[in-house]
Amino acid sequence: MTEKRQGKTVKVAGPVVVAEGMTGSRMYDVVRVSKHKLIGEIVELHGDLASIQVYEETEGIGPGEPVADTEAPLSVELGPGLIESIYDGIQRPLNALYEKEGAFMSRGISIPGLDRTKKWQFKPVIENGTEVKPGDIIGEVQESSLVVHKIMVPAEVSGKVDGLREGEFTVEDTIGIVKGKDGETKLQLMHKWPVRNPRKVIKRLAPNRILVTGQRVIDTFFPIAKGGTACVPGPFGTGKTVVQHQLAKWVDADIVVYVGCGERGNEMTDVLTEFPELKDPRSGEPLMKRSVLIANTSNMPVAAREASVYTGITIAEYFRDMGYTVALMADSTSRWAEAMREISTRLEEMPAEEGYPAYLGARIASFYERAGRVQCCGSPEREGALSIIGAVSPPGGDLSDSVVQATLHVVKVFWSLMAKLAQQRHFPAIDWLTSYSFYKEYLKECFEDKEQGIQMDEMIKQAMGLLEQESNLLEIVRLVGSEALSPKDRLALETSRSIREDFLHQNAFHKVDTFTTLEKQYEMLKMILHFHKVALEAIDAGADTADIFKLPVREEIARAKYIPQEEMIKISEIRNTIEKQIGEVSRLVGTNVSR
Amino acid sequence: MLKEYQTVTNIYGPLMLVEKIDDAKYGHIVDIELSDGSVRHGQILQVENDKVLVQVFEGTTGIDVDKSTVRFLGKPLTLDVSPDILGRVFSGLGEPKDDGPEIIPEKSLDINGAPINPSARDYPNEFIQTGISTIDGLNPLVRGQKLPIFSGAGLPHDDMTAQLARQATVRGKGEQFAVVFAAMGITFEAAQFFINDLTETGAIERAVMFINLANDPAIERIATPRFALTAAEYLAFEQDMHVLVILNDMTNYCEALREISAARKEVPGRRGYPGYLYTDLATVYERAGRIKGKKGSITMVPVLTMPEDDKTHPVPDLTGYITEGQIILSRSLHRKAIAPPVDALPSLSRLKDKGIGPDKTREDHADLYNQLYAAYARGKEAQELATIMGEDALSDEDKKYMTFADKFEARYVSQGYYDNRTIEQTLDLGWELLSMFENVELKRIDVDLIEKYMPRFREKVKS
Repeated sequence: MTEKRQGKTVKVAGPVVVAEGMTGSRMYDVVRVSKHKLIGEIVELHGDLASIQVYEETEGIGPGEPVADTEAPLSVELGPGLIESIYDGIQRPLNALYEKEGAFMSRGISIPGLDRTKKWQFKPVIENGTEVKPGDIIGEVQESSLVVHKIMVPAEVSGKVDGLREGEFTVEDTIGIVKGKDGETKLQLMHKWPVRNPRKVIKRLAPNRILVTGQRVIDTFFPIAKGGTACVPGPFGTGKTVVQHQLAKWVDADIVVYVGCGERGNEMTDVLTEFPELKDPRSGEPLMKRSVLIANTSNMPVAAREASVYTGITIAEYFRDMGYTVALMADSTSRWAEAMREISTRLEEMPAEEGYPAYLGARIASFYERAGRVQCCGSPEREGALSIIGAVSPPGGDLSDSVVQATLHVVKVFWSLMAKLAQQRHFPAIDWLTSYSFYKEYLKECFEDKEQGIQMDEMIKQAMGLLEQESNLLEIVRLVGSEALSPKDRLALETSRSIREDFLHQNAFHKVDTFTTLEKQYEMLKMILHFHKVALEAIDAGADTADIFKLPVREEIARAKYIPQEEMIKISEIRNTIEKQIGEVSRLVGTNVSR
Repeated sequence: MLKEYQTVTNIYGPLMLVEKIDDAKYGHIVDIELSDGSVRHGQILQVENDKVLVQVFEGTTGIDVDKSTVRFLGKPLTLDVSPDILGRVFSGLGEPKDDGPEIIPEKSLDINGAPINPSARDYPNEFIQTGISTIDGLNPLVRGQKLPIFSGAGLPHDDMTAQLARQATVRGKGEQFAVVFAAMGITFEAAQFFINDLTETGAIERAVMFINLANDPAIERIATPRFALTAAEYLAFEQDMHVLVILNDMTNYCEALREISAARKEVPGRRGYPGYLYTDLATVYERAGRIKGKKGSITMVPVLTMPEDDKTHPVPDLTGYITEGQIILSRSLHRKAIAPPVDALPSLSRLKDKGIGPDKTREDHADLYNQLYAAYARGKEAQELATIMGEDALSDEDKKYMTFADKFEARYVSQGYYDNRTIEQTLDLGWELLSMFENVELKRIDVDLIEKYMPRFREKVKS
C-alpha cells in the first residue's frame, strides 16, 4: 500500500481516533495509525479533522502520532486461495497470523489475504484476441476438489485479450493483458474490491428454487430460497448457532461463507475442527473444500467486527459472480449492530432507539439486499444466487428489539426460536406457529417426481392445520382437562405430537438424523399423516383411541428418522404395518359389536 | 524521570480531567498523589490534545483540584507474575494483601491480555468430573469451557462454587491444577468461607486470590477479573497448569462499569448499562479456553446474581450470549431444601456433546440426558397442570411423569455439598429413575442401549 498523506492524532477514545491535517482524505479511506501501523478507516470528516475507527486495540496510542492515508477504501482480495481460509474481520489470514505471531493476536501486522507464494494451475477458456468486458470468464483454476475458481475480467477493464497462457501462476503474476482504448491492463488471478460496495450484476431475478438444507422443519415448513434471505432470532441457549452450523454443513450450495461476527471463539474452533472432517452428502468431499470462514470473535476489536460482515458478503458475491449458488451465514448480526452502536457512541452521534444509530435500519436493509438470484456480468451468460441467513440475538429474547425489527422488515423467512421449546430439548427450537416463509411455493419444484411435489404441498397444509388445531385443543385441555375431548380431537392431539416429536424434532448430533433428503422428508410426513388417516377411519368405525395409541407401530414411526437414506423403503413399509395393526384393532371392534 | 502535573481541572464521579499534558497514551495508568501524601491509581480513558480523562480506581473522595499531583507512568496496568503467586492473596488491584514476601517478578504482564487467535484455539473436549449430578450428568463441563452460575440474592452459590473448586477433576489424570479466585464486591463472609474451605482441603496452596470486597473501592472491580485472568493465563499457558477461574460476582463488576459509563455521560443501553457491555464482558469471558500445543487450560465459572431472579436482566442476558451455557439456581428448589438447587431445565452446557461418549464418559450418556430432560420437562408440566386443576384431573400418564419429576428432584438433583458422585454413579442413578417407564416411552434412547443398561434396574425395582 502506498502511504501518501500524513496527519497527526489529536484524540484517542477506545476504538475511535481523531487525526488532524487530513485535508483531502475521503470518507472510508483506510489509514494506518501510529508507528504500530494500526489499520483504521475514516468514518467522519470535519475540516481537516478525520475521525477514524481503528480495527485494532488502541492502548498506548496518544496525541501527536502519525496517521498515514492509504487513499484506498477498505477492500478484500479476491482470487484463488479464498476457499478453506479462515480470516478475521478485515481479511487477515488467521492461520498465517498464528504461524507468524503465536497464539495471541498482536497489533499492526499486515499479512495479505491471499497467499503470495502459492502457485495455481491456470487454464484459459478463451482465445487470445477475443474482445472482453468486465465479468467475462477468461480461465479457470481448480482451487479445491469441489471448487473450480473462475477467473473473471475485473471491473472497468475491456478490450482485446493478448498473451493469455496456460501455466502455473501466483495470484500476482501477469497471466495476460487486455488492450483497451486507454492502454493496456495486466490481468492477474486476483483483484481487489471495496467491501462496502455491492459487486455489479446485469440484473436481479426473483428466486425460483429452494435451498435444500436437510433440516425438516426448515425445508418442509419454512424453506429458504436460493437467493433468499432468512433470519433466526432467539434468546441465548435456543440453538441459533447450531441452526447456523447445520445449514453451513448441509445446504446444497456450491460455496458457503460463514461469518462468526462477535461470537464465541470456541464455536469457531468447532467449525474449524469439524468442517474438514465432515463429508458433503452430495460429493463425499470434506465440507471445508467449499467453505470460507470469517472469524471475528467477541473479544477481537469491535471495529473489525463491524467490517466482518462486509468482508464476508463481498467474498460471497465474488463466487456468486462465477455463477455459483452461495450461502452466507452471519452469526450474529446483533453483534454487528452493537459494533455500529459502539462506534456511533464514540463519534458522539445522536442515538435513535436503544442507543443504536439512526442509520441502523438502512445498514441492515442494504446488507440483506446484497442477497439475490442474479444474472451475472460478462459472458458466458450465467446465473448466480446468494442467500443470506442472519442470526439475531435480541436482549432477553425480546422480539421488539431494534435489530430484530429492522431485520424483519427486509427478510423473507423468519425462523423464530423459542426458549420454551429449547427447554423441552425440542431442537431445532423453531416455533411452527410464529415462523414464516415467503418461499413455500418453490418447494414443490424441487421434487424430481412432480406428483410427489404436489402431494407434499397438500400434506404440508394438512400438517400445519393439525399443529394449529393442537394449540387450540391444548388451550381447552388446560381449562377443562383432556377427558372433555372427543376421540377425533384426541387423535388430532396425538398426530400433532407425532409431527412435533417424530418429524420436526431433529437431532443435529445423530449421524443419520442430522441431514434428511427431501424425498425422505416426504416419506416421513406421508407415514405420519397416513397413520392419522387410517386411525381416523378406525375411530369412525368405533375403535377406542387408547387401543390405537398404544400400538407398537408407533415406536416404529418414532424411530423412522434414524432410518438411513439408502433404506428409505423401510419407511414406506411402516405404512403397511400401520394399516395392518390398526386394521386389527378395527376387526376386534367388529367382533365386539357382533358379539 | 516521570513528569508530575498539578493541572487537575475537573473531578466528577470517579473521573478526573487533567490538562496541559504532553505525552499521555490511551489505556495507560497514572498515580495520583493527594495533598495528604496518600497515593491513588487511575487509568486513562480518553486523550484529546493535551486533555486527559482519568478514571480513579479508589474513588475521588478527598481529591482536590489545586494540590493533587498526577504522575503518568507510561505503561498499562500490569501484573507481576512468577510461580510464587500460587498460594497468595492479592488486592483487587493486584497488590499482595497477605503477609507473604514481595513477589520477585519473572515478568510483568499487561492485564488486558490479547485475544486468542481463533485458529490457535483447541477445542474443549476433556470431561471434568465435578461430582455434581446435575452438572456431570445433564450439563457436563469440559476443560476450557466458560460456564457461569446464574444465582440470586440468598441462594447458595457460594457453597456450590466451593464444591466445584473442591471436587472438579479430570479422571485418571494426575495433572497440575490451580484455582484462581476473583472476588468482586462480595462480602467478607463469603470470601472467608471460600478461603476457609480451600484451606481445609489444602487446596489453598494451589490457589491465587484477588479480593475486592464489598467495602473496597467499586471502580477497582473493573480491573480485578483482568488481574485474575492474567494470572490464570500465565499459569495455564506458561506453567502448563489446568486452571479453574471463579469470578464472583460479575453483577458487581457490571455495576462498576455502569458507574463509569454514567459519569462519562455516555448514551446508556438497557437499564443504564453501557452499550459496550457485551464487548467488555467478552474480553473477560473469552480468555477461557485451550490453545493448540499448550498443556494447560483455563476453565471459567463466573458467578452472577440476577436482580429479582430475572434472566433477561442485561447482566445474565449478555453473559449467556457469551458463555457456553449456564447453570441456573432455582429459588423454589432451594425452598424445598434441594441442594444444590440447580434448575435443570433452563440450565445448559453447550459443549456437552464434545466432552461425553464412549471414550470420555460412557456410550449411553447423550441419550440418557436427553431422555431425563424430556421426562423431567413433561413431569414439570404435569406439576403445573396439577396446581391449576388439582391432581385428580391428571391423566395416569401425567401422574406418572409427575412422580418421576418429584423423584428426580429428590434423588438426582439433591445431593448436598459434600457428596462427590462419580460419573458412573450419576449415570446409573439416571437409569434407575427411568426404570419406572416402559421401553416404548423412552423414545430418546437407542434401543440397544436400553437393552444393555436397563435390565439390572428393572430387576432391582421388581425385587
